[in-house]
Amino acid sequence: MSRMRVLLLVVLALVLTPLLVASAQEYRIGFVSAITGPASSLGVPERDVAVMIQKELEGKGGITGPDGKKYPVKIFVHDDESKVDTTKRLVKKLIAEDGVHVVIASSQSPTSLAVVPDATEGKVPLISMASSHAIVTPIKERFWVFKTPQSNIHVSAHQVRYLLAKRYTKIASLYVNDAFGEDSRRGLAATLKDSGIEVVYEDKFEQTDKDMTPQLTRVKASGAQALVVHAIPPAASIVTKQFRDLGLTIPLIHNHGVGNKAFVDLAAGAADGVIFPIGKMLVAESLPDADPQKKVLLDFVAWYEKGTGKPRSTFAGHAWDALQMTLAAFAKVSPGAPLAEARARTRDELEKVKSFAGTGGVFTMSPEDHVGLDERSMVLVRIEGGTWKYWPPEKW
Amino acid sequence: MTIYNVTGIINFAQGEFAMLGAMVLVSLGSLDLPRPLAVALAVAAVTCVGGLLERVTIHPARRASPVTLIIITIGVDISVRGIALLVWGTDPYPLPPFTPGPPLRLGGAIITRQGVWILGTTAVTLAFLYLFFEHTYAGKTLRACAINPLSARLSGIRPDRMSLCAFALSAGLGAVAGIVIAPLTLVSYDMGLHLGLRGFIAAIMGGLVNPAGAVVGALLLAVLENLTGGLFRAAYKEAVAFLVLFLILFFRPQGLFGRNRRGGL
Amino acid sequence: MRWTWAGSLVLLALLPLVVRKPSYLDVLIYVGLYTIVTSGLCLLTGYAGQISLGQAAFYGLGAYASAILTVGYGVPPWGALIVGIVLAAAVAFVFGIPILRLKGHYLAMATLAFGIVVYLAFVEFTDLTGGPSGIPGVPPFSLLGFRFDSDVKRYYLTTSAALLTLFVARNVVDSRIGRALRAVHGSEVAAETLGVDTAKHKLQIFALSAAMASLAGSLYAHHLALVSPAAFTFVASVEFVVMAAVGGLASVWGAPFGAAAITILTEAIRRVMPRLLSHASGEHEVIAYGILLVVIMIFLPEGLVAGLRASLGARRQPDR
Repeated sequence: MSRMRVLLLVVLALVLTPLLVASAQEYRIGFVSAITGPASSLGVPERDVAVMIQKELEGKGGITGPDGKKYPVKIFVHDDESKVDTTKRLVKKLIAEDGVHVVIASSQSPTSLAVVPDATEGKVPLISMASSHAIVTPIKERFWVFKTPQSNIHVSAHQVRYLLAKRYTKIASLYVNDAFGEDSRRGLAATLKDSGIEVVYEDKFEQTDKDMTPQLTRVKASGAQALVVHAIPPAASIVTKQFRDLGLTIPLIHNHGVGNKAFVDLAAGAADGVIFPIGKMLVAESLPDADPQKKVLLDFVAWYEKGTGKPRSTFAGHAWDALQMTLAAFAKVSPGAPLAEARARTRDELEKVKSFAGTGGVFTMSPEDHVGLDERSMVLVRIEGGTWKYWPPEKW
Repeated sequence: MTIYNVTGIINFAQGEFAMLGAMVLVSLGSLDLPRPLAVALAVAAVTCVGGLLERVTIHPARRASPVTLIIITIGVDISVRGIALLVWGTDPYPLPPFTPGPPLRLGGAIITRQGVWILGTTAVTLAFLYLFFEHTYAGKTLRACAINPLSARLSGIRPDRMSLCAFALSAGLGAVAGIVIAPLTLVSYDMGLHLGLRGFIAAIMGGLVNPAGAVVGALLLAVLENLTGGLFRAAYKEAVAFLVLFLILFFRPQGLFGRNRRGGL
Repeated sequence: MRWTWAGSLVLLALLPLVVRKPSYLDVLIYVGLYTIVTSGLCLLTGYAGQISLGQAAFYGLGAYASAILTVGYGVPPWGALIVGIVLAAAVAFVFGIPILRLKGHYLAMATLAFGIVVYLAFVEFTDLTGGPSGIPGVPPFSLLGFRFDSDVKRYYLTTSAALLTLFVARNVVDSRIGRALRAVHGSEVAAETLGVDTAKHKLQIFALSAAMASLAGSLYAHHLALVSPAAFTFVASVEFVVMAAVGGLASVWGAPFGAAAITILTEAIRRVMPRLLSHASGEHEVIAYGILLVVIMIFLPEGLVAGLRASLGARRQPDR
């Protein structure tokens, strides 16, 4: 009896807890990433960056607005559980209840795509940290939407350039059966069109699969001269391990999904010799000094590794880029302005971002391009002795 | 992974014990202990966790219906996974094989060295379970509880203590499974759900009451998945595995090796 | 019972006037959707004694039927909704014949396998379902030219649907089938000796619960404007069973209570945790959710409805 009453009271207290009323004179950012659920390996580093930046801003007392005065910045960090409906609800809340000026959401392409209509209807700038090109195209319907990761199309451009340079004509392609693998596979197929290179074998595997030997055996039998894999670890590592175990010797080309320490650790020695295109963060140290991103990358890596104790992560970089561009845009927008106006102004400023050297590349946004990156944001990398080495064309 | 079913409850948290076992071993790896000692410690730790969880969650609700108990194990599963996420983070960890080296060739087939370990461990576990259930007093009482808790109680067995034993035992076995499999895959905080699901299917295929049946079920499942993986598009292998489970249930509702209990009717 | 219906009707009708925050309204919409699915489950488990770990498959069938037909073929939403319901019920009927012969864990496993196979079909048949990315751009639900294009309108839509479902469920319980089913739950053998066609009744309820899940799925697709397979996994099926069990399987009233408790609890944890623990994040929320689930089930093993009855000191017979 009394148990029930206590339970009821607790539930009631939970539901009725009043919301904090935000003060008007501050900048507010809504930040949603996949902290739990299948995409947590993306969302956790992203969240860590948001929390670290929030702490730093608190220490500094905020950022300087256009009137020369300092204003605090509040970042609302939420977990979308890797679920579409949760992401949508959180974004609704951030827009309507927390009155944020910018929404940064979310880690995966489906969750990001799902909230595009909410941002558009609510007239709030949205920055996604997911890669699918569909998030920012067609640009006419994506007036309010930006994203920071390189589009998969840049990835395949690098892969195909390498294949052409090596004069391969027959390749095999394996991809993980989710939105990421599917998008990446389509990107490769589109770039391969009219290149004279033929995909002689194509198959997929599940992210949770532990044995890809059947697919690899067929790759071996297909006579392909190179294998392109579109996946993220652990599946990507398992493919690589079993690729070596089967004694395959053709070049193994991955995509940016393997740009993390986990891939190398998990594949152990098998990762050596793997080639893949990626943003420059992984090879920051070995970039030529003239590279415009070298300094910002080295600084970010040092900051992130010190702050979290974890190895560098490109996903963390996507969050960092989104937040830094937002903060830069805020500096030209008065937080005291009416919300709708401040949001619109922030969006305009985001679209004006020019030559901003971030971790993902040098961003130059325009009304026609809400990613602002081109192929130069990526380089081809080769794994040697368990670490990544910048691999310029002259070494091919 | 079948012991749980002896208590008459489907335990959704079973896979998490496998994850915990492997994770604890990864963490012990930094201490530079000899491998066998580390493995023993990890298994012991998880066994204790299993027992503790039974006392805290199942025991207070022991009189509730099976559905209630299943929901409790789901709650445990969710929390344990959350704690693992907090403690170990999202990055998967590699665990070196017990005996490194190139895969072995047996005729035309290729088997990894870790695969041999898995087979060996399974055989040993099976032998252990057989001896335990058939030749020890504790094992016999455990079986008695599964078959008929009421009459077991009447003959002086305490089912609630048996439930504790069963939980701890299966947690330990789960940990062993996780540790043996981990070098082949990787250790990540969310490996449990998938492993647990597979474990059930194997157990169901084999018939719930019989550990040997579960092993045969597991082997069958693995062979089947890989055969379909080789014959058709690899993506369909999971679907085929479940379809076969379906068919087995259709034609032999008591599992492949379960005794037909309908008897009288 | 009549005043309860009237009371809750008025309460639910006025709720949007009080709850102005869009995210709260969104929560209420999901409570409605989950109530529909869960009441099917309560009928199935509580009355027919059958467990289903594959209910998300029917939920998904409805969602995909609506998305595919409205986006791809321009079928009006209500038409797609009906197609979905008929489809789900038909599928349940066909698969129910072998499945329902099973008992206990075997039945649970068969429904689980069924759910996973359907989920895989959503992922694999890329041409039809859009594969892992799903189908975007599902239009809002519309009926006789009226478009449910705002959350408030959709709240009334889902809530009406939920009430309708509960009404149907209540009537099923009170009908001849309901009485027969309770007999099945009590003792299948005894029921059969008395001339009850248990297999037929179980099958009917299974198909009905599938139709309910499909109805909710269609409304979900129109509410979210996007359908992707991640919402119809095994985990989702388990979540539905959790809702049913938390609410209480012994009565259809368990459905709204369970759906509301779980949905609101998740949301409440998200809002409260950061204030209790300064650095609380997604991980802590998940842990808290799991622990609360265990606590609820330990203290209220029969579910919220039974617990409420007990604490209100109701002396009348359990509402069957």
